[in-house]
Amino acid sequence: MLELSHYLVLGAILFSLGVAGIFLNRKNALILLMSIELILLAVNFNFIAFSSALGDIHGQVFVFFILTVAAAESAIGLAILVVLFRNRDTINVGDLDSMKG
Amino acid sequence: MIELIIFYVFAAVLIFAATMVITARNPVHSALFLVLAFFNSGVLWLLAQAEFLGIAVVLVYVGAVMVLFLFVVMMLDINVAPLREGFARYLPVGVLVGAAMLLEMLLVLGSGELSAVGLAGGASEALGGVGTAQSNTALIGNVLYTIYVYPFEVAAVVLMLAIIAAIMLTLRRRSGTKHQDIAKQVHTRKAERLRVVRMNPEKRD
Repeated sequence: MLELSHYLVLGAILFSLGVAGIFLNRKNALILLMSIELILLAVNFNFIAFSSALGDIHGQVFVFFILTVAAAESAIGLAILVVLFRNRDTINVGDLDSMKG
Repeated sequence: MIELIIFYVFAAVLIFAATMVITARNPVHSALFLVLAFFNSGVLWLLAQAEFLGIAVVLVYVGAVMVLFLFVVMMLDINVAPLREGFARYLPVGVLVGAAMLLEMLLVLGSGELSAVGLAGGASEALGGVGTAQSNTALIGNVLYTIYVYPFEVAAVVLMLAIIAAIMLTLRRRSGTKHQDIAKQVHTRKAERLRVVRMNPEKRD
């Protein structure tokens, strides 16, 4: 029988993969955005698992809002990437030093 | 039993796809593996009785967000080699941090509090399962448009903000292209366009 912990473990694995992806691809801004999507997906897994286990529909509404915010975030992030590439000809995070940080 | 088999198959493909997203050499492959990951999570959400969200994640993510990702990945002419440098150097750190976080979360999950909590069965009334009065979509709509109506409108504003921000960031006026300026056209006066010429009548032969 399918249990709550199956989904929670899967969410934990996905979250860890997303965090590891941020460390591994710290030069490539595109893969960084994709890793953030993976992390948000892991959060959604937890919401849906608890919603299903507790028989409560409100968790699914929260997933709906997370999807909305994630879509807005990736749209703006990609627009910033396009502008960045147009101005600097690179999306290497290491080359973004015009603010002398 | 069949549910468990479906869960393990799709979870295995999901974990494989997520691993390939963060390790693939080509960003296009990463984006396509992310599409695969979203498809599999959609199926797993269907399995957990979140039918509306399972379809929504395929429509919204695979249909819109990932197409946007692929579009940007293919539009930018990226030289991959300098972006990959440091991958081998940070591999131990990344694996260590990921494994540590996973271990911590698994320790919390394995503490015994959550053992043998089953997911809701096929006919759960609160989630719109098979054979119940209202479908999952109708149940979400019931709370979304009543209790969560203000957050719903805020979400709409956030999406609007994203549209405006994305367009304003990427809009570019090249010099030398021809375009209409509507405000100028509306504000024009008769005197700027029309000139009445007075000329003497010519004599007939």
